[in-house]
Parts: sequence; C-alpha cells; structure tokens
Amino acid sequence: MLELQGITKYYNPGTVNEMCLFNDFNLSVQKGEFVSVVGSNGSGKTSMLNILCGSIPIDRGRILFNGIDITNMPEFKRQSKIGRVYQNPAMGTCPNMTILENMSMADNKGKAFNLSRGTNRKRIDYYREILRSLGLGLEDKLNIPVGSLSGGQRQALALLMVTMTPIEFLILDEHTAALDPKTAELIMELTDQIVGEKKLTTIMVTHNLRYAVEYGNRLIMMHQGEIVMDTPQEEKMHLKIDDILDKFNQISVECGN
Amino acid sequence: MLDRILMIMIGALEEGLVYAIMALGVYITYKILDFPDLSVDGTFPLGAAVTAIAISKGVPPVLTLLFSFFIGAVAGMLTGIIHVKFKIRDLLAGIIMMTALYSVNLRITGGKANVPIFMKENIFNNTFLNGMPEVVSPFLVSAVLFVIVVIMKLLLDLYLETKSGYLLRAVGDNPTVVTSLAKDKGVTKIIGLAIANAFVALSGCVYAQKSGYFDIYTGTGTTVMGLASVIIGINLFKRLSFFKATTAVIVGSIVYKICVAIAINFGLETSDLKLITAVLFFAILVASNERKRRAKSNA
Repeated sequence: MLELQGITKYYNPGTVNEMCLFNDFNLSVQKGEFVSVVGSNGSGKTSMLNILCGSIPIDRGRILFNGIDITNMPEFKRQSKIGRVYQNPAMGTCPNMTILENMSMADNKGKAFNLSRGTNRKRIDYYREILRSLGLGLEDKLNIPVGSLSGGQRQALALLMVTMTPIEFLILDEHTAALDPKTAELIMELTDQIVGEKKLTTIMVTHNLRYAVEYGNRLIMMHQGEIVMDTPQEEKMHLKIDDILDKFNQISVECGN
Repeated sequence: MLDRILMIMIGALEEGLVYAIMALGVYITYKILDFPDLSVDGTFPLGAAVTAIAISKGVPPVLTLLFSFFIGAVAGMLTGIIHVKFKIRDLLAGIIMMTALYSVNLRITGGKANVPIFMKENIFNNTFLNGMPEVVSPFLVSAVLFVIVVIMKLLLDLYLETKSGYLLRAVGDNPTVVTSLAKDKGVTKIIGLAIANAFVALSGCVYAQKSGYFDIYTGTGTTVMGLASVIIGINLFKRLSFFKATTAVIVGSIVYKICVAIAINFGLETSDLKLITAVLFFAILVASNERKRRAKSNA
C-alpha cells in the first residue's frame, strides 16, 4: 500500500514566483491497484510521482510505503521497491552499453555490485527468451549498444528492465507519450501483461484518455494540485471517454479558458 | 642520423608510456564518468612526491608503486566527496583539490620544490636490470614501462567488465539508471574518481623514478596532456572497433609525445613545451569537431 498524507509543496518559495502546487494533498493506493491518472498540464501529475519516488523534496506531509514512513528516505533507496518508466525512452537505459550489459545490471538490482563478472553467462538464454517475447527482434541484438535502438525498442527494454527483479510498485510517467501509435499500443499491452503477471501496484500518468479508460482498475483526474475525480473499479467499468472529456471541459471553463 | 631518430623515438615512447598510465585515469573521468577532473594536475606530482620521499628514505621502489596508487585513490576520493557531498561543481571541485595538493605536495617533501633521487635504486635502475646484457640496455626502460602499462590496462579492462565496473560506466552514461537500480550514484562517482586518480598518482610515481627527481612543477598541464592523449587515441581508433578504448588511449599518449618530440626537433625550445601542448590540443579539438560536423551534414 502506498500513501501520501497531507503533502504540501511550494515551488520557488520566498520569491515572487512562489507557487503552491499541493496544499494538504492526500492519496492512498491499495495493494494491487492499477491507477490511471489524467489531468491538464501543470496539474501536478508528474510532481506527484516525483514526490513518491523522492526525486523532489516536500515541505510538509508524510509518504508511507506499506505503512512505513519513508518521507526522509533518499531516492535511490526507495527505488529498491519501485520500478519507474519515464516519458523519455532514453531515461531508462544506458545508451553506450549493450542490451546484454543493460539487462545484466537490471537483473542484479537488489544485490551487490561487486568485483564479480558483470554478465552472468548462464542468464543469457533467459534474457534472450524474455526479449523474444517482445517480438521486436531484440533477441538477436544482445551485443548492440542500446543507443542505436528506436525509441519504442528502448522503452520496451526499459519496461522489461525495471520489472525483471521483484518490485512492489510500478510508476509509469506518460511512458507511451513519445511513441508512435502502434508502438504505444504494444508497450501498453506489454505493461498490462506485466502488471497482471507480477501483481504490481501501479500508478500510470497518461494523456491518452483511451488508455486511461481501457487499462487499470481506478481512474483519477487531477487539476491544480487536487484530485477532482476519483473513480473506483465498479464505476470505471462503465466509464466512457466522453465522460472524462466532459469533466475536462468543465474544469477548463472554470479556469476561464 | 638514424641513431638520432631512434633515440628520439625511444625517448618519446618512454615518455608516452609513462603518461599513458595517467591518460588511462583521465579516460575514466573524462570518457566514462563525464567528469572534467582537474585534480589530476595535483595528484600526478602527489604520486611523484610520495615516491621521491619514500625512495630517499629507503623504501623498496616496487612498494612505492602501491603507495602512490593508494594515496592517489584517497585524493580522488576527496575530490569526489567535495563534488558529491558538498554539491560543488565538477570543475571547481577539481580546482580546489589541485590547489590544495600543491601545498600538500610541498609538505610531503618538507618544503623542497625539487627532490633528487638519482643516487638511489629504482624500478629502472637496480642490480637486476643492470645485470642485463649491453645490447638490450637502450630498451630496458621501455620494456619495464611496457609491462607496467599493460598490467594496468588489463586490470582496468577487467574492472570495467565487473558489476562494479558496469555501474561506473552506467553513472557516466545515464545516472538515472543507477538510481533506479537502487544504488547511490554519488558513491559510484566517488569510486570512479578514486580509481582514476590512483592511476594518475601511479603515473607520477613512475615518472619520478624514471627522471630521477621530484619537481613541484611536473604537475602543471597534466590534465591537458591526458585529455589530448584520450581524444587523439579515441579519434584515431574510432573506426577500428576491435581495439579497446584503453588500448587507443595508450597509443594516443605515445602519438602525442611523438608529435611533441618532432616539434622540439624542428627547433622549438623546451620552454615552448606548454605552447606546443596547447596548440596540439587545440588542433585535435578542431579536427574532431570538423569530423563530427561533416558526419552530421552527410547524415
């Protein structure tokens, strides 16, 4: 279970550009939930993920993982339970290292990075097998630097890498936004399959309303640092894209756009 | 005439091999960590100072190699800590260490800017090597250097293939990946800087033993020399992917020293050395930019 309690976050405090993004923001995500998060630009979706992962500090409030307070835990330590995929496909992999080297590192997460051999030869067949399941032909390119792959291939690899070792939470930050429609579809199906298989608690930020409606079992809409719509599973099954669009328009009117 | 050319070439080869160890260190910071490390200007004479004092106190010359390697690692670690823990920019962290080390080096030598160790045995001048037949004697220094350089190169190659080495490469390539592996990227950087400066100080140690003295000014311009070697090497061997980057860097260092030797033989003074370095470095950078630009416009 994942909880944000009474989160307050100011940007540029003490300057003329001071902006309060979150004021007493609360969210709790139950184990096994797959939450889709939608909202306009600047509504705080990505900031919320950054706060969860510890990439940015907060001014007030508490962050709990399974009831344990991790508010002051540094970002890299939190990542032992989290897998995060970014909007930019280049963020999740090392471009100058080969696919094999990248996967070997990902496979070693949670263990010591010591002076033993970086790649375990016995695992190569396993890597090849899971790459084959992607259907992108990556299984024949193990010794090619990741930098020469396409964005979609890199994103698929990044998704595989963060979910290779046992994690509890999967954080998806518009992870299909930079991909062409067909590749985005493929990555989305892969995501759904992995989340189902590994029973991961997932938060997915997306601008694609169709994905938000089709995937996951809870939908949240954010606006100006607040949750303006929270649809649980039973209601979400009957939710249509138009319902969300209506809500979106309503918010925009309130803003005077 | 031929004899003279041979002598010049052997001299350049020796110098190139000495500085190749340093260039391997610069390769770690500049190419792998993407960290322009200026502390090299201080850690190179640090290794030389420690060696000069140790040898004049009667420490076995082979042990000084270990000593200087270790002390260089400590200095590099400090640069890393200044950068990572105190959040000081990479260039400035290096400048702080470089400046501090100038005084530290003088402290080590007891305030003397020059410590001669000609009289003592060292790794190039000892009863074992002097017992070798006359014919091989002009090549002995190069041979000893070659062995040291190859050992260091192989050690570095091996390290870069370990899990820890993977992490080091990852932190320069994409630090986000290191964080997502639940590893502290700061600690990884510190380890990288420690290894790099250990190599540099070892190079300083070998330099002191080869030249027979320690001089406080030997450090000036080391970073630039290292960068030049790395960039020459990497650019020369760009198309030949079966050569490891570490090999390329070593060749780069030798090529660089040969260029300098040629320039001096065409009538330039030794006092022009730094100017030659600067011009060469400038030329290399322009050339590698040029190639990049051409590649881009062709694409």
